[in-house]
Order: sequence, then C-alpha cells, then structure tokens
Amino acid sequence: MPRPAQCTDVTFFALFRKELSAYFISPLFYLVTAVFLCLSGYYFYTDLIFFVTFGFGMNILENFWQLLLVDLRLVMLLCIPLLTMRAFAEEKKLGTLELLLTYPVRDSELLLAKFAACAVVCTLMLGGTLLYPIYVYTLQPFAVLPLVASYLGLCLLALSFIACGLFVSALTDSQVVAAVATTGVLLLGWILSWNEAATSPALVRVLAHLSMFDHFQNFTRGIIDAQDVGYFACFVALFSFLTLRVLESRTWRGRR
Amino acid sequence: MIEVERVSKDFGGTSALREVTFSVERGAITGLLGPNGSGKTTLMRILAGFFPPTTGQVRVAGCDAAQQALALRRKIGYLPENVVLYPEMRVRRFLEFCADVRGLERRRRTQCLERVVLDCGLQEVSSRRMGTLSKGYRQRVGLAQALLHEPEVLILDEPTVGLDPGQVVEFRGLIRALRGHKTVLLSTHIVPEIDLTCDRVIIIDRGRIVAEDSPQALSQRIGGTQRTVLRVEGPAEAIGDRLRRLPGVDRVEALQGKDAGDSGVAEFIVFSRAGEAVPKAIAAAVVAQGWGLIEVRPSPPSLEELFVRLVDHAAPGAVH
Repeated sequence: MPRPAQCTDVTFFALFRKELSAYFISPLFYLVTAVFLCLSGYYFYTDLIFFVTFGFGMNILENFWQLLLVDLRLVMLLCIPLLTMRAFAEEKKLGTLELLLTYPVRDSELLLAKFAACAVVCTLMLGGTLLYPIYVYTLQPFAVLPLVASYLGLCLLALSFIACGLFVSALTDSQVVAAVATTGVLLLGWILSWNEAATSPALVRVLAHLSMFDHFQNFTRGIIDAQDVGYFACFVALFSFLTLRVLESRTWRGRR
Repeated sequence: MIEVERVSKDFGGTSALREVTFSVERGAITGLLGPNGSGKTTLMRILAGFFPPTTGQVRVAGCDAAQQALALRRKIGYLPENVVLYPEMRVRRFLEFCADVRGLERRRRTQCLERVVLDCGLQEVSSRRMGTLSKGYRQRVGLAQALLHEPEVLILDEPTVGLDPGQVVEFRGLIRALRGHKTVLLSTHIVPEIDLTCDRVIIIDRGRIVAEDSPQALSQRIGGTQRTVLRVEGPAEAIGDRLRRLPGVDRVEALQGKDAGDSGVAEFIVFSRAGEAVPKAIAAAVVAQGWGLIEVRPSPPSLEELFVRLVDHAAPGAVH
C-alpha cells in the first residue's frame, strides 16, 4: 500500500499531462504562438535589414543578435502572461482547484506540474525562433556559442516570467486580471532601471540589480555569469514560494 | 470512521464553525442539515482535507486532518458543492486523470473505471466533453470521481441540488445502495432528503450543532402532540363540532382544500395528546354519523418542523 515515491511520480505526471493537454486543446496557445512568431519574425526581418544596410561587416553578435534578442524579450513579455493567466485563475473560477486539493496532491506538486507544462509550451514557442539563426547560418556562418548563451538567457527570462505569471494567476480568479497584472509587474521589472534622472545614482544601481532585463543583457553579449543565473533562479524561487503561500492561504482566508 | 472533536474554523475574524463535536460510524449514512451559510461546506471541506481546522481534532478513517492530510485525502471521496469540471475534457479522460492523480495502477484503474461508469450510468456520455453535459450528468461524473478509488468514506456536499425530480430519486437510490459498505456524510438544506436517505441526522446552525439523532427520534422529540389528518364527505361545520367533542382532542383545524366546496369533502387536522387512540375514535364517530369517511391518517410531525423550530428560536446549543 505505501508507495509514496512512485505515487508521487504518477501523480505529478498525471497533473503535468493534464496541464500540457489543456494548452494544446485550447486555441489560445496556437493564437499566442502565432502572434509571437509573427511579431518576432517582423523584428527578425527589420533587424536583419538594418544590419545588412548599416552594419555589414561589423560584429554580427553585437549589431544584430543582441538587437533581435532585446526585441524578442518584449514580445515574450507580451505573450507569456497570456499563457500563464489561466493556470490557477481558471481552476479557481471553475471550482476544480477545490476538487484537486482534496486529492492526494501536494500544493507544490500542483505548482510544479503547472510550471513545467508552461515551461514546455514556452520553450516550444521560443523554439520557433531558432529558424532565424539557422537561416542566417546558411547564408553566412557565425560563432554559434554566444548565441547559445543568449538563448539560455531567453529561457531563464521566460521561466521568470512564468513564475511571476503563475503567482499572479493564483491571486485572482479572473484570467483577464491575471494577464494584465502580470504584464504590469513584468513591465515594471523592465523599466525599473530607466529612471536615472528621477532617482539618486546609488538607488539606480540597486534598481538595476533588481531589474530582470539588466541581468538578461549579459546573456545577449554571450556571457553566462553565475550572478545572473543565480538572479533568475532566485526570482523563480521567490515567486514559487509566494505562489505556494497564496495556495496555502485557503486555510485562513474565507472564500465565498 | 469520522471523529470530529471540538472543531472550530475561523476565517480572518469570522468563525464558520464553533466547537463542533460528533462522530459517524462505519457504514452509516449521515445527513448534515442546515440553512445556507451555517458552516456545512466548511465542515465538509475540513473533512475532505481541503484545509485543516483552526482548533480541534478531526480524524477520518484513522487519519488526522491536520497532520496526515494527504493520507486522509487518499481514503475519502469528495463531491464538492458546485461540480463544475474541466469543460474541454472528455468524461472518460477526466476519470482516467482522476485515477492517475490518485496513483491507481493500470489494471485497477481499468477495473475501477468500468465499475463507476456502469454504477453512475455514464456509458452513453463517456466520450463527450464535460462542458456539454447536463447538470444531472455532471453531478454523476462528480459522484463517479468520488467513488472511483473505492474510498472508505464519502463526503457529498449538497449532492442533489440542481437535479430534476427523476434524477433526485435515482441519485438517492445510488447513495442508499452504498449503505453498509461505505461511510457517507452528505449535506443538504432539503429536509425530506434526510428522511429518505439517512440513518442519522446532524442539524447545524450558525456553526454549531443544534441536534443529532436518527431522523425518527428527532421527529419524536417534537412530540407531545399527535396529529391525524382526516378527509370526510359531509357538512364541514357539523363534522368539525363533532370532532372537537371527542375525548383527548385538543384542537381541530379545517383545511380549505380546493375541492372542499364542490364535492362536499372536508379536510381536517386533528391535534390530540400523544398516546390516545384518537384515529380509531374519529373513524368510529364519523361512521356513526353516516358521513363518508374517505381517509384517516396519522401524520407524524415532520423533520421540517423540528428543523424550523431548532434553527429559528433555539438559542444555539440549547437543545443539544
């Protein structure tokens, strides 16, 4: 009877499969991916033209890929909240969360399953953009490794977005609220270090350390810094911790 | 099987349950009766391991609700109040998912699935998306997922709300069939439901238990007065007068049946002291006068009256 370890695996994969198939069943995933690839394709095209026109012969990493990746993160910022919004909000609205939490499921397993499913979906979405380097490489080979670092950064950024999105989704039972609020929080994380004029230099330095996008910047230069990786790991851990606290709040907060 | 000891539950200052204590024996069907907002759902959620009580102890099938929530959840089947399931999922896929989350191994999963699909009458809808199901079928899917892993204890929160009368009867049949081998706790605010399905009833109001007994015993507690319903063909006033003069009769109430005027059938409720053989005397008196006796029927006070009395004017806790 007691097979806790095996049980947990089975439970996790059941949840994970359910989450994943929920994405593939709904048209939202396809729509978001289509929008993502259209916008990033547009950026790829314009950035490439820009590079060919003005930067030909210069460093391709600095003058093309870095620009493109910085643009991609904006598209990601707009798209990922649409993929995380339903995670908890929908289940809360439907009432299925109540049912799930009377199953032998740990809150953390549920969160992990949702996180993993969303990560897979986002990776697929990002995977679509791999066409661009492949295409450019066939035209003109370039140093690949720095770009690998950039993609790692992009993935870490995506994971952070997901962690934040899941947290906001757990706070509300409205998907729209979840999406808008997540975008707001992420956008704030971007523009946090923009206000040099309005804040003291010391504060700007602190804010820059807190800003996700400043940490992402290093990756686009082809640098994998343990500090930056650590930053994203902490970001994900913090928001996952907060999400678990929100789920736990059912024990002391009255709902309905 | 279920032991609840001095359980209270507070939600940020408001208390939903106050010092609730009761126990349910193995194999019994117990009804939890209470007006809306009395704490039924909170109590059921605690028993289902959804959240722990603020204070007090809950043990279900030997598992503590606070310390062994996961073990407890393995042993219970829970039907939430609003069964709204994943609308995009097909019934069969959903039940498979439930079985997998519960960690049923493949062979047992297949067996259990076949069984609940049959028991809950889901054969025809098993490949339909749940969003397209009627309320009755959704409720059945809800019950199916609760029964799937053969739990020892079933906790059903308002299982018959929203069903049509035919479905209600069917549903009660389903639940009654569980008597003896499953411990069932079901909540409702519909009184006759308790009368029809439950071995015991617990009445809860404003977070406190106000009464706990078998439905019959509770009905008798209202006792002291015996009521007889009577339908007679004849002059209503004369009949009323005759009834009032019978020994042991306290009060006679004439009912204005809609056919009273036309057909000359009068209807009465006769209140008398308990223990007197009043129905017999009534029948004899009516027949002796030459009136047409259509019906004499003792009418026990209903659980409904008791419920209204307990919940309305008892100071909470005074009856228990």
